[in-house]
Amino acid sequence: MITLNDYLIASGLLFTIGFAGVLLRRNIIIIFMALELMLNAANLSLVGFSRFNVKNGLPDLDGQIFVFFIITVAAAEVAVGLAIIVALYRAKQTTHVEDINSLKF
Amino acid sequence: MSPVVFWIFVGIMLVFGGMVVINRSPVASALSLVVSFLALAALFVSLDAFFIGVIEILIYAGAVMVLFLFIIMLLDLKAEQRHRPNLLILCGGTIVLVLFVKVLSQVCYSFEGGNAKFPTLAPDAQGDVWHLGMTLFKQYNLPLQVVGTLILVASVGVVILSKRELK
Repeated sequence: MITLNDYLIASGLLFTIGFAGVLLRRNIIIIFMALELMLNAANLSLVGFSRFNVKNGLPDLDGQIFVFFIITVAAAEVAVGLAIIVALYRAKQTTHVEDINSLKF
Repeated sequence: MSPVVFWIFVGIMLVFGGMVVINRSPVASALSLVVSFLALAALFVSLDAFFIGVIEILIYAGAVMVLFLFIIMLLDLKAEQRHRPNLLILCGGTIVLVLFVKVLSQVCYSFEGGNAKFPTLAPDAQGDVWHLGMTLFKQYNLPLQVVGTLILVASVGVVILSKRELK
């Protein structure tokens, strides 16, 4: 039988993979994709909690509304983030995070 | 959904999620991310969240990933050359990840509500989109307007960012 814990563990492992991507990769676009993975891991656990918290025969819809807003904001974030990456590439001709070190002490 | 199908989809999601991180070529990473999101949408459907599953495919696997691929093609990124890994970052990252997984498993196993079986849902005539829409437009109307404004601001911002010269 599948329990809530199985969904939480799946979501936690997906978050860990995204986290590993952000920490270990140096290409800024891959880092951005790993960020999306982490957002979706959070979505999975939110929908899981919503399904396992049934009120009057309906899943707790607040969790799903939250996921809806996360997806909307993530879409806006991707558009702005990729525009910033393109602007950065125009200025520096690179997408490698170690080459972008003007603010480094 | 039977446990076998559930674990197959979890496996697809995690393996292709791992491929996003492992692949050298950005295009291969982006395509693995699409497959990972498709499996995630199947998990949403297994949780009876049909609307969320559909917008996951439409927005993430569709719109967002097309945007990613478009930018990768536009910048003409090649596969990364193998470079000497920064040992400090590698060690630090691995330690942080191991600690994170440890805390995560501790939390999951000590969480008592986690062993709940699927509660049964009432059979309803309207379906989950109807209920979600009613909640969204009645209870969360103001946040919906705010998010709409956010998207408007973001699209104006993108146009301004993409101008060659700012005046």
